[in-house]
Amino acid sequence: MRTFLTKLRQTLFGDSARAFGTLGVILLLSLAVVPLRDQLREWSHYQKQYLKLIAGRADAVALRRRFESGIHQIYIPKLGVVDRCTTCHTGMQEASLRDVRAQPLNAHPSIPHSLNEFGCVMCHGGQGAATTVEEAHRGTKAWDRPMLAARYVESSCGQCHLNRSTGTSKLNAGRSLLASYGCVRCHVVALPDGVKVAATDDPPELTHIADKTTREWIFGWLKNPQSYSATATMPNYQFKDDELRDISAFLISQSTPLPGGPAAPAAPGTPDAAALQAGASVYGESFCASCHAVQNAAGLMVGGTLGPELTRIGTKARPAWLAQWVGNPKLYDPGTAMPHYRFDAKQVALVTGFLESKADPDWINGIHLDPATDRQIARGKKLVSANGCTSCHQINGVPKTENFAPELTSVGSLPLVKALFKPDMEHSLPVYIEAKIRDPRSLGPGLKMPQFSLSTPQVEALTTALLAQTERARTLPPAMRVAGVYPTLYEPSGEAGRLMRDLNCFACHAIDGRGGDMAPDLSWEGTSVQRDWLFKFMKNPNTLRPALIRRMPKFNLDDHDAGVIADYLMTVYQTPAFDRDEPLAGSDPADAENGKQLFYSKYECQSCHIVDAKQDKGYVGPTLTAVGSRLNAAWIFHWLKAPASLRAKTLEPNWSMSDTDARELTAFLVAQKGQSAKAGSKP
Amino acid sequence: MSAKSAIAAAIVLNFLLLVLSVGCARQSPFSGAAAKANGSAIVGISGDKQIAPAGAVLDQPLVVQVNDSKGAPVAGAPVQFRDTLGTRFQPSSGLTGADGQFTTTAILGAEAGRYRIVAATQDAAAKTVEIPIDELAISARANLGRQLSDFYCVRCHDQESSAERVSNYDNLVEKPHAFSDGAFLNRISDADLTAIVTHGGPAVGKPAEMPPYGVTLHKSDIEALVAWIRASADPPYQQKEIVYAQH
Repeated sequence: MRTFLTKLRQTLFGDSARAFGTLGVILLLSLAVVPLRDQLREWSHYQKQYLKLIAGRADAVALRRRFESGIHQIYIPKLGVVDRCTTCHTGMQEASLRDVRAQPLNAHPSIPHSLNEFGCVMCHGGQGAATTVEEAHRGTKAWDRPMLAARYVESSCGQCHLNRSTGTSKLNAGRSLLASYGCVRCHVVALPDGVKVAATDDPPELTHIADKTTREWIFGWLKNPQSYSATATMPNYQFKDDELRDISAFLISQSTPLPGGPAAPAAPGTPDAAALQAGASVYGESFCASCHAVQNAAGLMVGGTLGPELTRIGTKARPAWLAQWVGNPKLYDPGTAMPHYRFDAKQVALVTGFLESKADPDWINGIHLDPATDRQIARGKKLVSANGCTSCHQINGVPKTENFAPELTSVGSLPLVKALFKPDMEHSLPVYIEAKIRDPRSLGPGLKMPQFSLSTPQVEALTTALLAQTERARTLPPAMRVAGVYPTLYEPSGEAGRLMRDLNCFACHAIDGRGGDMAPDLSWEGTSVQRDWLFKFMKNPNTLRPALIRRMPKFNLDDHDAGVIADYLMTVYQTPAFDRDEPLAGSDPADAENGKQLFYSKYECQSCHIVDAKQDKGYVGPTLTAVGSRLNAAWIFHWLKAPASLRAKTLEPNWSMSDTDARELTAFLVAQKGQSAKAGSKP
Repeated sequence: MSAKSAIAAAIVLNFLLLVLSVGCARQSPFSGAAAKANGSAIVGISGDKQIAPAGAVLDQPLVVQVNDSKGAPVAGAPVQFRDTLGTRFQPSSGLTGADGQFTTTAILGAEAGRYRIVAATQDAAAKTVEIPIDELAISARANLGRQLSDFYCVRCHDQESSAERVSNYDNLVEKPHAFSDGAFLNRISDADLTAIVTHGGPAVGKPAEMPPYGVTLHKSDIEALVAWIRASADPPYQQKEIVYAQH
């Protein structure tokens, strides 16, 4: 052995020439490590894979020409983007590789944005400058922003898109939930443009609650709001029974009688079967179900979501209060979205009797409360103020809380060290936010956030909306922002304005950028319709769209009020684009006949509209049997030319119709005065 | 000990280990909770055939039921959900409840496509019994198309009426095809579909009952609609031969 080593040394370092040669070889070998290591890097492996993949394809030459080996980088200084993702994700921008289904070589699915304009990390998160799979995708100790899971990717859209894009349904839903579940009543959430998300729910004032309901109902409701109404957005505070006893005691004790009294209309007695039937008819005819839902025997919710669910209303509302509310809800709550129906005393009694019959005695019978003591009331007040009840509800003797909970404007950039994790939780921001929404009190003792009743998709949507609230979103160039559409402060004026507020037109109709979307936008209604028709419609709304279940209610307006509203609409709500009385250019007596041909043959309008009730069947659009008595000729003409320019959300497509076709169709439609008009009966 | 016997012992030991590991692998899916009972069949109750954007949670939970040989529900039977394309389940395994049912929430994988989820249980003989549950994950673009379709198209193209939306299908002379009607729509090229949507029925010799949407919708919206039609086709639309690169 020793002789062998001696021999080896002799051979390699025997004389200076040998030693020089050997050292040279060792040096060369050690220098070769660098290119060799590069050859063994992950990205180099993927680039080789890519070359292999494209070699066999029809457009191999073009793909090969566009390919560059080495590190790729997208550098966008104004956004702070340094993304090297395309080093491995080589085929990202090659549309012809759409059929490849293997990461990381496949093409990006087509999106409205270019990679070179936005980079990758803007949308997907992760560490753009990293060049290893591990560092780029997953979090490290120094980098707690791993890639965003695909299901939250719409949150990235929300950094710039403050409007409701059609493509970001989850983000839109999340932002709506922030507003409609009252999240923003405790937490301030300002969008990147600084506009605070405004609550859209309407938590009732509790200052006169004893008029409305009983202490037992408050107890049962607070114990579990969803057991009373499955659709309630009120969260569960998980109060103990003694806390519920004290809070209900305090809420009743702070309540003051409404001036004018709830007992103004006498409480109706128990209605008989015929009265119940009649009450149900008034309920139906007044389209209460357009806004209020009732759970039917099969457990399905039937009706709208604008107002509270009424399945157990008889268990909650005192009959005298309910009668007053049905008579005129504005007396109790001037800000309510419920219209003031002009019911007569008999109708009020019928509707009240019908609603009181919707009771669930089992729900409340088990609740027995002893008379409240002063100590209980004092403790109840303390609990009410400690739990921030006044963030949503007005309560006598407890000041309104401001910013009761932490601001969430930058929650999407929350450093993980500030988040509280349970031992078995994955340490990532989306998981933290989801847990906070799903089961807030599980994250630590003493947390006050209540338990909301949300489905998994709703939790995901809310998380998406909150993840969009990043610091980065606020520092992006403002020019990149797609502005949000916020409701205007439009108020109609004068006597008509007062009536429109009384009837809450804005709950369903939008005018001038303010209002609901359940019914048509009325911004240009004055240009659209004829006054006679409008007046009759206000008095007795007939059916324009037979397939709709949400309809305009009959408010029982008198002639004076209907006239005031009709005049106001006709005068004020006119489009500046054209004059409603403008004559049609070049009218010809043959126009109407040609128009009929166009209606039935060229455009086949009968697919969606009815002109001749005997043979036409379409009911996607409004019935046109009497359209000549309803709409103005100029409106029909311009509508046919460009419907969406007059009402943005219409279903009617733009037909790119020639002026002649539009004029002839208009002539045909204007002649449709309705058979009923000839017969002299109501349409 | 001779070398021969040592080799023999090693072979026997390895074999035992192999048997043990195979046994463990067979056992592992159901090792989460000790089964209290075993059924002989597993059936889907609800949650089948849903559509959601890739990576999103399915709106409805997946519910399966374990039955015994007489078809009666079995409580306490083990159930396990799995999928090869990255779907996550919350929870992925557990025991059936008193009604013999097990419910899980599924979050689809990040790739658009058809997902075949498998729900499995074990019968008394430790044999695995499975049922497939099919779901569809759609791309962001197809999802945009779906939203547009829900507003503009389904009133006529969907035969189903609901209280909220009465179908206009019955009122049309030439009946529209449901977007899921792959047997018909898969034979139409992207260009023709785009033309029909853009210029209306007459563009391809069909009635004007199908209106033109070329001015109402953007070009990218119509592309999205076509993507949605392709994604929802049943039988599935075969785009081109799919290449699976090797890792």
